[in-house]
Amino acid sequence: MKKYSKLLSLLLAGALVVGSFAGCGGSDSSSDSSASKADSSSESGAADGEVFKIGGIGPTTGAAAIYGQAVKNAMELAVKEINEAGGINGYQIEMNYQDDEHDAEKSVNAYNTLKDWGMQALLGTVTSTPCIAVSTEAANDNMFLLTPSGSAVDCVAPENAFRVCFSDPNQGMASAQYIGENGLAEKVAVIYDSSDVYSSGIYEKFAEEAGNQPFEVVSAEAFTADNNKDFSTQLQKAKDAGADLVFLPIYYTEAALILGQADKMGYDTKFFGCDGLDGILTVENFDTALAEGVMLLTPFAADAEDEATQNFVSTYKENYGDIPNQFAADAYDGMYAIKAAFEDQDITPDMEASDICEAAKAGMTEITIQGLTGGEDGISWSADGEPNKSPKAVVIADGAYTAM
Amino acid sequence: MSFISYLINGISLGSVYAIIALGYTMVYGIAKMLNFAHGDVIMIGGYVVFLASSSMGMSPLLAVLLSVVVCTVLGVTIERIAYKPLREAPSLAVLITAIGVSYLLQNVALLLFGANPKSFTSVIPVPALTLANGALTITGETIVTIISGIVIMICLTTFIKKTKAGQAMLAVSEDKGAAQLMGINVNGTIALTFAIGSALAAIAGVLLCSSYPTLNPYTGSMPGIKAFVAAVFGGIGSIPGAMIGGILLGIIEILSKAYISSQLSDAIVFSVLIIVLLVKPTGIMGKKINEKV
Repeated sequence: MKKYSKLLSLLLAGALVVGSFAGCGGSDSSSDSSASKADSSSESGAADGEVFKIGGIGPTTGAAAIYGQAVKNAMELAVKEINEAGGINGYQIEMNYQDDEHDAEKSVNAYNTLKDWGMQALLGTVTSTPCIAVSTEAANDNMFLLTPSGSAVDCVAPENAFRVCFSDPNQGMASAQYIGENGLAEKVAVIYDSSDVYSSGIYEKFAEEAGNQPFEVVSAEAFTADNNKDFSTQLQKAKDAGADLVFLPIYYTEAALILGQADKMGYDTKFFGCDGLDGILTVENFDTALAEGVMLLTPFAADAEDEATQNFVSTYKENYGDIPNQFAADAYDGMYAIKAAFEDQDITPDMEASDICEAAKAGMTEITIQGLTGGEDGISWSADGEPNKSPKAVVIADGAYTAM
Repeated sequence: MSFISYLINGISLGSVYAIIALGYTMVYGIAKMLNFAHGDVIMIGGYVVFLASSSMGMSPLLAVLLSVVVCTVLGVTIERIAYKPLREAPSLAVLITAIGVSYLLQNVALLLFGANPKSFTSVIPVPALTLANGALTITGETIVTIISGIVIMICLTTFIKKTKAGQAMLAVSEDKGAAQLMGINVNGTIALTFAIGSALAAIAGVLLCSSYPTLNPYTGSMPGIKAFVAAVFGGIGSIPGAMIGGILLGIIEILSKAYISSQLSDAIVFSVLIIVLLVKPTGIMGKKINEKV
């Protein structure tokens, strides 16, 4: 009996082992089948109700929230318009926008969340530092990426990445040329954020180009993110050097402080900035008289009189309650650039993200869109991801941006 | 002339550090804990004044008083909820909790007030002082900050030396156990310390935001850390030390920006701190406490 029981237990154990393997196989195959079922259901959906899944990433909280929120709003607006007009190649767009708090790590997490959601192309990210991280990730996945406003050179270093805005060096160069050609100043001081890739990128090219221009850079002072409250020293140096124009390739939060402190110390000079100054008028409780006469180089002025801008500004205001800034305009143009590139290459939602990327890359270099930020000649793209468009300068007059 | 004007800028920045450092050093001196949330209580104080004066139209003085009340209540609440249960825990646990409270306050402010910076209207009506035919200006904010710093310093010192509650604080700071045996209410004394420290934070918040008028949820964190450095520099626990440390720190920062490098000013400030601590580990005004065996 003992012998049998041994045999029996052996058999039972064997059965258990086999059973457990079978269990594994069973669960595997069932998950396979559910996956393939999901695939097939999405494929069958292609005929009716298949959508393009386009992701967006940007800071909707944190210090740069004003940019991410503007991009989100404008993207929503563009998606709604495109869907109402029949979508891209007849397919509707579904968008999903994730917050990255202007933090590279959180941005990569947001990218992964969007990938899990089934994203096929990314309109983002909004700010430069996170964008560099995400564009590297996106290059590994061969995911099409179009950043509305990531202006650092490396944002579009991979082949799959394009941008709507000007690059930092481009802004630095254009600013120097603008100041020189229009004879705005003879002595220029620069205050820039050496801890920020955007600001130092513009500054470096500006300083380089200044050599070819009929003005002199008399002082170039830096600050860092940890030391961005007191600018009295930088301003004092600019004043002592006799600068008649201060170039501020920085964001508006610090610029608002600089304008206030210059006013307090009785330093009356011209200020010239780049697109980072855009938004200064929306700072709550900010005395806009301080910003009177500040010039900035930006591709978009909300008071431009062309019909497209007027329509965009009024719909935006209706939906979100404030006047769109340049970031909103870039995002709006970005969405239409995706549409144009997708239509150029007859891209459909049932294609793999990687195939979409290959096609969209080719499409981007073919298209020219008018857009809000295109100026007279529109925007076209070169294969390295950079846009070709002409810069515009605006001046703040009576508390509003006015074209110069 | 420009040297004098840099010096004035340095004093004006330093006076803001000094007034924040007073709160730090007060709490450290009595409760022997680093309240890293101090900078964020300052930020909350700033928001209270901002909302009360610009949104509700309160008069500046009333707004400042309201802010003092709100911060005092907040400080005592934080102490009761987060620090009191850890009275017997190792000091590292309290330190980590303080950092946690700091992040909590920042994120609550982010939720309540949003991330967009607000422009703070100065609540100080004192006009700027111009010297040497307008070549030098001392802003009204600087004058008020320095005066309030000195007044607070004198009041605190007198309070600790002359009143019963102040003597109790001194006793608690020297030996909690012995103080309790002498019939001192240790928990009450520490709560009072936090109440005073937080009221100082509210005043510091008003002065900080009046001098540097942007307000966002992170407004208090970096000045808070700099002020902590100032407190260590001056000798943590010493009230006059905080004042001197703060002003020296401001002057060093501005002068190194002006004459050495605007980029490296923080590095220079911290190097000076290291050198001072190497030479005099208790800080400029710090007392050397002999361990009795």
